[in-house]
Amino acid sequence: MISQLSWKIGGQQGEGVESTDRIFSTALNRLGYYLYGYRHFSSRIKGGHTNNKIRISTKPIRAISDDLDILVAFDQESIDLNAKELRPGGVIVADAKFSPTVPDGVGARLFAVPITAIAEELGTSLMKNMVASGASWALLGLPLEVFNKAVEEEFGRKGPAVVEKNVEAVKRGADFVLEQAGGPLEEFRLEEADGKQKLFMIGNEALGLGSIAAGCRLMSAYPITPASEIMEYLIKKLPKFGGTVVQTEDEIAAVTMAIGANYAGVRTMTASAGPGLSLMMEAIGLSGMTETPLVIIDTQRGGPSTGLPTKQEQSDINALIYGTHGEIPKVVLAPSTIEECFYDMIEAFNVAETYQVPVIVATDLQLSLGKQSCEPLDFEKIVIERGKLMTGELPPLEEHKLFKRYEFTEDGISPRVLPGAKNGIHHVTGVEHDQEGRPSESAVNRKLMMEKRLRKLDSLRISNAVKADAPNENPDLVIVAMGSTGGTIDEARKRLAAEGVTTNHVTVRQLHPFPTELLEPHLKSAKKVVVLENNATGQLANLIKQNAGYHDKIENLLKYDGTPFLPSEIHQACKELR
Amino acid sequence: MATFKEFRNNVKPNWCPGCGDFSVQAAIQRAAANIGLEPEQLAVISGIGCSGRISGYINAYGLHGIHGRALPIAQGVKLANRELTVIASGGDGDGFAIGMGHTVHAIRRNLDITYIVMDNQIYGLTKGQTSPRSAEGFKTKSTPEGSIESTLSPLEIALSAGATFVAQSFSSDLKQLTGLIEAGLQHKGFSLINVFSPCVTFNKVNTYDWFKENIVNLDQFPDYDPSNRVAAMNKIMETNGMLTGLIYQDKGRKSYEDLAVGFKPEALAKQDLRLSREEFDKLLAEFK
Ligand SMILES: Cc1ncc(C[n+]2csc(CCOP(=O)(O)OP(=O)(O)O)c2C)c(N)n1
Ligand code: SF4
Ligand SMILES: [Mg+2]
Repeated sequence: MISQLSWKIGGQQGEGVESTDRIFSTALNRLGYYLYGYRHFSSRIKGGHTNNKIRISTKPIRAISDDLDILVAFDQESIDLNAKELRPGGVIVADAKFSPTVPDGVGARLFAVPITAIAEELGTSLMKNMVASGASWALLGLPLEVFNKAVEEEFGRKGPAVVEKNVEAVKRGADFVLEQAGGPLEEFRLEEADGKQKLFMIGNEALGLGSIAAGCRLMSAYPITPASEIMEYLIKKLPKFGGTVVQTEDEIAAVTMAIGANYAGVRTMTASAGPGLSLMMEAIGLSGMTETPLVIIDTQRGGPSTGLPTKQEQSDINALIYGTHGEIPKVVLAPSTIEECFYDMIEAFNVAETYQVPVIVATDLQLSLGKQSCEPLDFEKIVIERGKLMTGELPPLEEHKLFKRYEFTEDGISPRVLPGAKNGIHHVTGVEHDQEGRPSESAVNRKLMMEKRLRKLDSLRISNAVKADAPNENPDLVIVAMGSTGGTIDEARKRLAAEGVTTNHVTVRQLHPFPTELLEPHLKSAKKVVVLENNATGQLANLIKQNAGYHDKIENLLKYDGTPFLPSEIHQACKELR
Repeated sequence: MATFKEFRNNVKPNWCPGCGDFSVQAAIQRAAANIGLEPEQLAVISGIGCSGRISGYINAYGLHGIHGRALPIAQGVKLANRELTVIASGGDGDGFAIGMGHTVHAIRRNLDITYIVMDNQIYGLTKGQTSPRSAEGFKTKSTPEGSIESTLSPLEIALSAGATFVAQSFSSDLKQLTGLIEAGLQHKGFSLINVFSPCVTFNKVNTYDWFKENIVNLDQFPDYDPSNRVAAMNKIMETNGMLTGLIYQDKGRKSYEDLAVGFKPEALAKQDLRLSREEFDKLLAEFK
């Protein structure tokens, strides 16, 4: 019996790879397995090789694996491109239609199943995905009833006849392969899972869910990979809470609409990726200058320009921190797990309103799109804080006086009223202004206003701004990272530990303002610091050097080929850097 | 009930004496009072330009944003609180050059807001460059040999983008302008009011006198039917875009807020933000 296994389905985009993966993993989730998915896709809609990989485990996992146990292939290209990943003794389930062959040097067993033929016999080649997933499910010796239940859910709306056809397709695929293999493969028999269904979602859904929990009721956005799922999820849900999603004409409209809506009192966000963030920069300054709360999600992808739109990268760090002209208070957060995607959105909205600043939540493609098991989300942890928002009645204003929306206060944060409030009228402008919001070019006022705005964030630290797994007092290596790489780092650490290399793992979750004092003890304790990130210039490492120093200890571990780190790559690199 | 004086504040506009924008400001103040608004029920969202300063000169909630983006900001305000009366305003450069994309799409979207453009056929604030509204051959600092691009017709564009309310006026005609703003504020959908608002400092061609000579008031045509889109388009073309009055109104089309499925009829800004445990559990159940 094994405790974990990797499965991959490959084919042409638009050929059913997505749906095969969806049904297969839904059924596994039913059984209580932990799952972690990785999508390899290109920006074409139809055609072009695509594959989805899932790691299945009886224990929590947060990383893709180095190798592969089972490959389901709809075409020879899928075999040629992915077979080298198969571990010795791995299995290929391929469509007999294209007379599949195993490339030289790959020690895998091939099961050629008439996937297309069976599907066509049953009426439509669309059911290829059912035949293929049925066959690979059967090889694992997992209970077919559970799989059929998932099929029923997927097709239930289309009526019992459709369900029946698909169940039949699954059975035919399963029967065929079992006969060929002489029964389920014993070496792939998974230990039983705990039977408890987990939450199973992509990061973008967790971000959307977190936003709703945070009280976000409006979203304005322009579609882009890999952010679109956030708006697609919210347009299904927000109307149930009275709100909506507006698909705007561009990201400038998206962000300025969000600013308008936040100004008028509704928690509103926008989400995009690098190109859209670049377009938003001027407006982020408006939010900072007018002290209007704003929440933006940046699902980082391969840059620059259109770059690698469907690939992994963490290269927007500089743009997010330094972007927009002039100097404003701004917060940049980086969730590192699917659960944090949820909780950090609540924190983002609270910080935006409490400090009256723009907050950017930066994920990366793998975190946003990788479908994975999620620990239970805690209703009790949903706390809504709106800071100095005045909701009661306001005292009358003296004649020709406006409400002091930008009153000088010790913490720099001023009382905020919403349009509509009697006795609350004030002006708001991106031009430098006085305490009532009126344009002012006074040098004295300018200095005081700049200082007021900038000191708002002096003390801001989100919860777990720096997260550490630091079992060693003086480790050989401290690995510092952000975003989706944490699970992979921890797998590599286990291998390093087995070889006697001691490591601590530190995740920076608040990128700006930089939590230097929280990171520093970890840097100090290390013999060497490895800063691991998916970009070519070491942006996180530079940020650390700029804020904390330790230039002599810091080593870069960079990957910028568009694919996420594998545990073996980190393991190898750390051994060398040590 | 508030009078127009209550929509005044004590800020002295920094417009040049004689600038057309003064009358636009007065017309907004009068129209707001005439339709029975209180100052706090009005939000004026403006762009950047001489004209963009207008939101600071009216006693109401006001936001002076960034160049070309008054419309998306104003739409956000309206979505957040549909109980507010929302005016977006700015110059011809703001709305028809840098912000043209937003203008067309705000028209299509048809949220219930009123867009007042102070059209002086030039860039005032940046001291006299050509605008999309400048006539061909118009000499400015940036077109010393005369503009060689064609003049944009916002009225034709608005009609073809599906506008439900299109009007044009002249800042000297305070009565007509006030009436049109009132009608725009009361229209249930997006209203575009383009106002000829002369720049006395940088535009020596399109002057008050020039407008008086060239304007065609729709009152001259008693049979004109503003609900007829084809007639409206013809009239705009016949008059070379120089007509004033209510050019087109479609009272039948619902606003975005009314069409959006599930969108609350009350102000969203007044809703409780918290989810109930049942609502939360229901959301989670979909991920199992
Ligand atoms: C992004 C950006 N680009 C350029 C400017 C400079 N700018 C300010 S106002 C303006 C044009 C003003 O013309 P218009 O909108 O017609 O307003 P007017 O001053 O004529 O009322 C320009 C180019 C700016 N503020 N922001
Ligand atoms: S420059 Fe022109 S538009 Fe600007 S205030 Fe003076 S007259 Fe008005
Ligand atoms: Mg102008």
